[in-house]
Amino acid sequence: MRRSQVQTRLNGNDIDFLCEPRQSLLEVLRDELGFTGSKEGCNNGNCGACTVIMNGRIVNSCCVLAVETEGAEIQTIEGVAHGEKLHPLQQAFLEEAALQCGICTPGFIMSAKALLEREPNADEARIRHWLAGNLCRCTGYDKIVKAVLSAEPQLQEAKQS
Amino acid sequence: MTTVEKPVYSVIGTRPIRPDGVEKVTGKAQYGADVHLPGMIYGRILRSPHAHARIRSIDTSAAAKHPGVLAVVTHGDLPAADDRVEELGETAVNVRELSSNILASDKVLYRGHAVAAVAAASPHVAEEALAKIKVDYEVLPAVVDVRDAMREDAPLLNEARRTKSMGGQVSDRPSNIASHNQFKAGDVEAAFAEADVVVEREFTTKMVHQGYVEPQNATAAWNSDGTLTVYTSTQGAFAVRAQLSEILRHPLARIKVVPMEIGGGFGGKTVVYLDPVAAVLSKKTGRPVKLTMNRAEVFEGTGPTSGTYIKIKAAAKDGRLTAVKATLAYEAGAYPGSSVGAGAMTMLSPYDVENFEIDAYDVVVNKPKTAAYRAPGAPAAAFATESAVDELTKKLGIDPLDFRRNSASRMGTRMVNGIAFPRIGNEETLDAAINSPHYRSPIEGPNRGRGVASGYWFNAGMQSSVTAAVNSDGTINLIEGSTDIGGTRASLAMQLAETLSVPYETIRPTVADTDSVGHNDVTGGSRTTFASGLAVYEAGMDVRRQMCARAAKLWSVDPDDVVYEGGKLRCTKDSTRELTFSELAKQSARTGGPIVGKASLLARGAGGAFATHIVDVEVDPETGKTTILRYTAVQDVGTAIHPAYVEGQIQGGVVQGIGWALNEEYAYDESGRMLNSSFLDYRMPTTLDVPMIDTIVVEVPNPGHPYGVRGVGEVPIVPPLAAIANAIADATGHRFTDLPMSPRRVLEALEGLE
Ligand code: FES
Ligand code: FES
Repeated sequence: MRRSQVQTRLNGNDIDFLCEPRQSLLEVLRDELGFTGSKEGCNNGNCGACTVIMNGRIVNSCCVLAVETEGAEIQTIEGVAHGEKLHPLQQAFLEEAALQCGICTPGFIMSAKALLEREPNADEARIRHWLAGNLCRCTGYDKIVKAVLSAEPQLQEAKQS
Repeated sequence: MTTVEKPVYSVIGTRPIRPDGVEKVTGKAQYGADVHLPGMIYGRILRSPHAHARIRSIDTSAAAKHPGVLAVVTHGDLPAADDRVEELGETAVNVRELSSNILASDKVLYRGHAVAAVAAASPHVAEEALAKIKVDYEVLPAVVDVRDAMREDAPLLNEARRTKSMGGQVSDRPSNIASHNQFKAGDVEAAFAEADVVVEREFTTKMVHQGYVEPQNATAAWNSDGTLTVYTSTQGAFAVRAQLSEILRHPLARIKVVPMEIGGGFGGKTVVYLDPVAAVLSKKTGRPVKLTMNRAEVFEGTGPTSGTYIKIKAAAKDGRLTAVKATLAYEAGAYPGSSVGAGAMTMLSPYDVENFEIDAYDVVVNKPKTAAYRAPGAPAAAFATESAVDELTKKLGIDPLDFRRNSASRMGTRMVNGIAFPRIGNEETLDAAINSPHYRSPIEGPNRGRGVASGYWFNAGMQSSVTAAVNSDGTINLIEGSTDIGGTRASLAMQLAETLSVPYETIRPTVADTDSVGHNDVTGGSRTTFASGLAVYEAGMDVRRQMCARAAKLWSVDPDDVVYEGGKLRCTKDSTRELTFSELAKQSARTGGPIVGKASLLARGAGGAFATHIVDVEVDPETGKTTILRYTAVQDVGTAIHPAYVEGQIQGGVVQGIGWALNEEYAYDESGRMLNSSFLDYRMPTTLDVPMIDTIVVEVPNPGHPYGVRGVGEVPIVPPLAAIANAIADATGHRFTDLPMSPRRVLEALEGLE
């Protein structure tokens, strides 16, 4: 099958890649570019494990065709920490024990990050509503919701400094 | 947190960050599907569209010619398998049946049964080639419900199958009932005759899936020297190696299984599906081959847990449970081996009941072969017992927890298998539930109700092997072989830190491949923190002994005069002689070489776990939807090594139980086709479906472990089904006996009431 060239921005770097029209963004990220932090749980938009931020919005990367990302700005879990400095959400997930197996964690962090960038003071109900597209089978969500709540003040502090 | 006689610990009971945490929150952790090897190609599997059919022929010639295809395999590419049962860690499997489940031989026994596989340059090309494989099926009548399968005129999955009973009897007629066992004591009929109240009910539950978010995957590299390396997502690398060895007839030492990070298992990732297929595809092509399942394949082609039918009759006298008679029939799926035995053996454990008679049937049906799922067998059985007990207490007008307290099992009470309980924490758990803020608060408002239920799980011991290598700078590499699904690297490192009185941060735990550590059984049966923890403790004690001997040598004193205390070595005869752990570690080269503590053991003394749950619900009479308003899970954990991960296990188990109670089921049409094999239609709980889950951790130390550890992970899924049913009965006045209690079912029942 003929491959097309796509130019895009990934975690702040300009990149280009070749892909088949039938390949999803998730597949290209994982299999072609070696960014395996985004996970595949269902490949049809029902689990959120593949969540990335594209042009400021969260998307299920399994449901985006790679060719659609021409000119887009994409952020994946690999672009969230600054070197050894973790993002407050990542730190909160660790401290609150918000992951068990961890397969859902990249998706939850990307979703939660997009939420807190819009609504830095989101309450429990809002967080639960926003994260309803991300499945976690291990934690029962309790510690995930608490981790997001506990990251809020840290995130605001980090912004101010 | 309730505490019973607890020693003072310095590391145990704290909440440090897990050693693998940073990798997992930054996306760097390598899970099975993340493996990429040079020259790697991709495989896909063709699966049966029929629930039951004979395979007349398979024509793979067109697929093999499809551009980009490198190999096609069928059952004929697997070595002939013996018809014999092998013990594989937690479960025993028949090798021939396992092999036929990997790739179907003469018959397909369920929709989704693997039939052939293709390896190609890309997964898309492999997928295209699957469409070119021609399978000629003779479709046979299918049977998908356990009670239908037990009928004498039911279609037979295997004409040669006879029913085996306890004591070795074999039926003379073929049957789908693979086995019948009985547990019996006292005189149930006499107890029923003199009871104050008797309740008799029938319950059903549907097949449900573990629902781990990461699909199965395997990448195999068959090397030209005949060694095989398999990278996979599994709860037990050694169990995978053993199954590969049996199926491929290849020596254990020539197979290396590399356990990648695992995205959930809950019992489902103990048996192999893809690994042998990837291996034969790799052997045929000379290339590493990666196979991954999609979600529909996970639902249709891996092992969920049984649908069940349970009939129970229970009696009470003088405010206590006095007799239970029960029949349990569990769907094993395509091959024998459901968890009905564990259901029968756990269903009465919370009670000291003298008279019982339990019949347990293991039944094959045209559905995927079931696998373990968190406390396998126990939740459905507890659904029946705990619902019946609730009804008894309603009839007697007694508080349901007081009734349970009056009838509670304790040390010395005999389980249904005749074995007496050692020290258990059932009564302490019930007391903590009775005194909990939740239970003491009123439940008010229309359409609201409260339910309680208890549950039990054995917890397992089994084999573990670890080494603790002391480095010259005083840090320690802990090499273990137990898959870390939810924080066991942390819980094991913490136990080593406690044993050696060294900082937790100085220990680096690694989950090693099968070439690099002694045999470890699966992470299952809630065994890892207990049994591998015991091995870690022993390895730590081994390090202490070696260090005492070294210090004695350095000081030219008798080893008996050296003690290890608080991370220091001291001479009891000479107070000027003292060395810290790191100081002595630095001198290991000069004092006899590396210091490596080892332990390999078969852990005995696993401590059973009890849980009692309290739940408040509101049932919407317009839609039939049940909302969980408040949930409190009380559980005896022995000792909570890392309390946050203990709470997490409890919360996760509860929410799986909520899903099982309210929404989850394998829905089938008459032909045996699963109708909801996606996460959209098989609705697992989301953040919106559950509240915060409160936990009350009770600590009654297990005498079989130096730190009192019991298993934690499984029992939390046992009580929720009944607790929620009891709460719905309280809210609506209607007793639900069939799961799931979905809005449609609830609405139908409530409309029937009017
Ligand atoms: S993998 Fe994309 S939503 Fe599940
Ligand atoms: S931590 Fe395992 S799925 Fe969320």
